[in-house]
Amino acid sequence: MGLIKKLPVYTEKMPGGGIVMTSLEAALHNAQAKSLWYLLFGTACCAIELMCTGASRYDFDRLGMIFRATPRQADLIIAAGTITKKMAPRLRLLYDQMAEPRYVIAMGGCTIKGGPFYYDSYSVEKGIDHIIPVDVYIPGCPPRPESLLEGCITLQEKIKKQSLLDWQEKD
Amino acid sequence: MTFPVAVLELYPLFRWLSGVLESFGFSANTVLIISYAVLGVIMFSALSIIALFLVWWERKIAAHMQQRFGPMRHGWHGWYQTIMDAIKLLQKEDVRVASRDKIVYFWAPVICFVAAYLAYIVMPWGKNLIVADFNIGILYIMAVTTFTVIALLMAGWGSNNKYALLGGMRSAAQVVSYEIPMVASILTVILFVGSMSMVDIVTSQSGWIFNWFIFKLPFGPIAFVTYLIAATAEANRTPFDIPEAEQELVAGFNIEYSGMKFAMFFLAEFINMFTVSALAATLFLGGWNGWSFIPSWAWFLMKTFGVVFLMMLIRWTYPRLRVDQLMEFAWKFLVPVTFANLILAAVIKYAGWHW
Repeated sequence: MGLIKKLPVYTEKMPGGGIVMTSLEAALHNAQAKSLWYLLFGTACCAIELMCTGASRYDFDRLGMIFRATPRQADLIIAAGTITKKMAPRLRLLYDQMAEPRYVIAMGGCTIKGGPFYYDSYSVEKGIDHIIPVDVYIPGCPPRPESLLEGCITLQEKIKKQSLLDWQEKD
Repeated sequence: MTFPVAVLELYPLFRWLSGVLESFGFSANTVLIISYAVLGVIMFSALSIIALFLVWWERKIAAHMQQRFGPMRHGWHGWYQTIMDAIKLLQKEDVRVASRDKIVYFWAPVICFVAAYLAYIVMPWGKNLIVADFNIGILYIMAVTTFTVIALLMAGWGSNNKYALLGGMRSAAQVVSYEIPMVASILTVILFVGSMSMVDIVTSQSGWIFNWFIFKLPFGPIAFVTYLIAATAEANRTPFDIPEAEQELVAGFNIEYSGMKFAMFFLAEFINMFTVSALAATLFLGGWNGWSFIPSWAWFLMKTFGVVFLMMLIRWTYPRLRVDQLMEFAWKFLVPVTFANLILAAVIKYAGWHW
């Protein structure tokens, strides 16, 4: 994997490598953005809105998003609902089990900052960004399906703007 | 130039290619190897495109049956959605579990993938459009498609995961059970053809529509329906998809596979579905026979995609069977029915009561 990971760096230095890199980046990240498979993971009332977004009225599948039950095949965790202190290690484990590249959407107030009802609770994790890196925050309690779709489209835009050279920084 | 005995009918392309290569002065064996390699590449690409199309089609059918639209954003009605999925899966990290059985874990998707493609050596795509016509064609297909079970069992064992192992074991039990009614339904066809060659099976159904075996056999519709049920189970599709039941087994045998290894399982599943549908079309629906103003390969594809469509409708209509219900259905219903059908057909054939 060493050579493959260094490949973008070497390609960039070659004459005309910049053109190759930019078009390759566009193609690869376009594909990533257009098939975000999300993990079946819902812990509270936000999960109901998540299910509603997957069902006929809002339809995630239009964006190419289908659910996978196993974290190995998922690209995206939509953390839908309150994450308690007891659930936090499991969320971390699920995130670790996912294959790179992986993305996280924090859906709802509880996952952003503990939420409007549990902000002073002894048992609730005050924001999942204490546990895993978050790409997109969607506020709401719970957010409507429209805002979830908006969040997913925002994540797609974010993925499309990535660079292959980012691989270097992650190591 | 000499061909192996088994090769009777070949692509016109194959003949043309052999002629061109011979004119360059290659030896007979080299010509044969290169020609078969080219044929293999063509079949591989065609089948991969068909599998990608089937994934997209399945998603669209599922969506429309649930009053959704399915993939809509990427191309006209999301036509390049599965291509994007394939490119994404290529980029995914290849997760290898630390506690896996290294050899078994690695080879399971490969065997599954190759076994799915092997059946197309003897599949008659159209008039004279067959790679090689074995005289044991249908037996060969039955033997080769069963490799998939070994691959699923290997995936279950190699992953060192309890859900994966359960999925693999369930798949083995299911396929072994449903193999028997499937073969018994196919045997009624073979009984009346008197040959196991795929070309013979198709040519004996030529003529008008009532020469198709679904109508021509004494209890043709029964044989067809039992074959279709067993084939659905063989391809591990709902209502018989207990090996990858999401609610019970997370994802079944492919739970620990990510990226391209998972894609190989996924494509193999859809190619298996196409294989059993193509077999149903060939054995019962007249294969490539049809009115001659449409080319024979188009007839074959139309009938096969018709059966595929039926299987997809079944998948998104019926709920999944429980394991014990599944086994009871195979052993207490399908096996007696298919064997009674086979014996009756044999008696009718022996007495000469059929037309």
